[in-house]
Amino acid sequence: MSGEPSAGRRFWHPSLVVGLAGAGFFVLLGLVSLVWTPYPIAAIDIAGRFAGPGPAHWLGTDIFGRDLLSLVMAGTMTSFLVAAAATAIGMAAGVPLGLAAASWGGPVEWLVLRLSDFLFAFPALIVAVLLSTLFGPGAANAMIAVGLFNIPVFARVARGGALGLRNRDFVAAARLAGLGHGAIAIRHLLPNIASLLIVQATIQLSLGILAEAGLSYVGLGTQPPATSLGLMLKDAQSLFLLHPWLAVVPGLAIVLIVVCLNLAGDGLSDHLDPRLRRLGAPRVAA
Amino acid sequence: MIAFLARRLAGLALTLLVAAGLIFALLDLLPGDPARFILGVNARPDTVAALRSQMGLDLPALERCGLWITGMLRGDFGQSYTQGAPVAALIAERLWVTVPLTALAMLLSMALGLPLGILAARRRGSPADTALMVLAQAGIAVPNFWFGMLLVLVFAVGLRWLPPGGFTPWQENPAAAFGGLVLPSLALALPQAAILARVMRTALVEVQGQDFIRTARAKGLTEGEAIRRHGLRNAFLPVLTILGLQFAFLIAGTVIVENVFYLPGLGRLIFTAISERDLVLVRGAVIVLVIAVTATMFLVDLLYAAIDPRLRTASR
Repeated sequence: MSGEPSAGRRFWHPSLVVGLAGAGFFVLLGLVSLVWTPYPIAAIDIAGRFAGPGPAHWLGTDIFGRDLLSLVMAGTMTSFLVAAAATAIGMAAGVPLGLAAASWGGPVEWLVLRLSDFLFAFPALIVAVLLSTLFGPGAANAMIAVGLFNIPVFARVARGGALGLRNRDFVAAARLAGLGHGAIAIRHLLPNIASLLIVQATIQLSLGILAEAGLSYVGLGTQPPATSLGLMLKDAQSLFLLHPWLAVVPGLAIVLIVVCLNLAGDGLSDHLDPRLRRLGAPRVAA
Repeated sequence: MIAFLARRLAGLALTLLVAAGLIFALLDLLPGDPARFILGVNARPDTVAALRSQMGLDLPALERCGLWITGMLRGDFGQSYTQGAPVAALIAERLWVTVPLTALAMLLSMALGLPLGILAARRRGSPADTALMVLAQAGIAVPNFWFGMLLVLVFAVGLRWLPPGGFTPWQENPAAAFGGLVLPSLALALPQAAILARVMRTALVEVQGQDFIRTARAKGLTEGEAIRRHGLRNAFLPVLTILGLQFAFLIAGTVIVENVFYLPGLGRLIFTAISERDLVLVRGAVIVLVIAVTATMFLVDLLYAAIDPRLRTASR
């Protein structure tokens, strides 16, 4: 590790603080929904439907009189769960592939690059269409579909990071000490690209939230009785001309979560490694 | 250059072949017999068997896959058994909505994003730059289909300038058809433009600090001339990468945004096919999407080589 302490490393970047606090708030909201919501999310109250925000229902109610705040809390949980699982899938498969490509080079690298090119040809939507046809729609499809697409993303980041380190002295020293490619990758390369990977994970988490919303909105993701922010927007689709509020609430929740995660990602990359700021990782939603 | 082109073309063909094989294998795993589906549960076994052989379902899987792929090369994507029409015709009909929508969205996002990004880079640190980057941050976070809903609320419900949804066929009234695509393409384009502006700005700021810009200035070019002649070409490489990725996702985004505006595009066709379990149609639509994405990546590779001659010889 090179990182001599500098002034920039000691204080926390403001966007990191705001982003982490905001994202943390939403995670907490989701976690609380597991044990408590203001109203049960399945509690139907036809007489009280389409209520605006008020003391009884802070965010109002939907077409069935369900409490929007409760739905947003539970939906946030689902959205985070899908995005986190997808990021975990991408990291678990992508990082070893990327490290292997950088360490062994030659045919291994060629194969990993071709595989990641190939996976890029399957945006999450296409995989979700295939999986939904095979197994019926569900949140698990969204996790796998987005997760598969995350694999080449992490493979490329891990490979790029590791290639930059391959000729450094500490790697040469480890090789002289008799370590093989695998051991060097795990003991020396992985810890050094950890900050790159964490920053990328934050980006993929925010993209995952957006992708889950899109897939659930078209009916390929989360299914009732579970709820997610995307599913709330799907429910609002036929009603939003008359009741815009139903679309505004879950949409704003998505925007706030993603903005917070992006701020945290930007701040994190500055905090962990100011040099990363220049790289400007691609951000494109599925 | 010819060797480069041949290598890339071979790669494209191989990717498509593997993708087609994979898609075929996945959907072939599915239990259920299309012949029985068409004839109903009470059909006699010999009738079902006759239809199976007529549809070619009794052939080995590998042979059917081969027939499907060679059929596609001739433009025959098979027959949809729920719609009773050739898959190619069904898809082609929907592409009259999806392709113009995607193209319009791409043009709009470039027309907005690139100049704004250049402007922000040239006036780095100014209030305009800050405002633009805040907007870009928001644009990245807004789901395009939700943005579409907001546009409908403002421009269709509030101001009543444009229809909230639906589509008039091009043959009936081209102007109305175009009008139906304005809001959806804006919904797709604005978030993309935000990302493009951000990438364009970062790339140009990066380039402005390079030695060759200083050299160009030293030899007497003005700042603007140096950027125009030497800066933009170099800054455009990372932008091109993002453009390629964006276009690929725009195709997926279009399928989703069509839903907001009730457009009869490829998206609607796919979702109906899934709910009716029309495997032949799903297979055809998915391969068309995969072709669109891989072809885009291929074009980006070629453009890359056109802009940066060094890449033509490197095998990567």
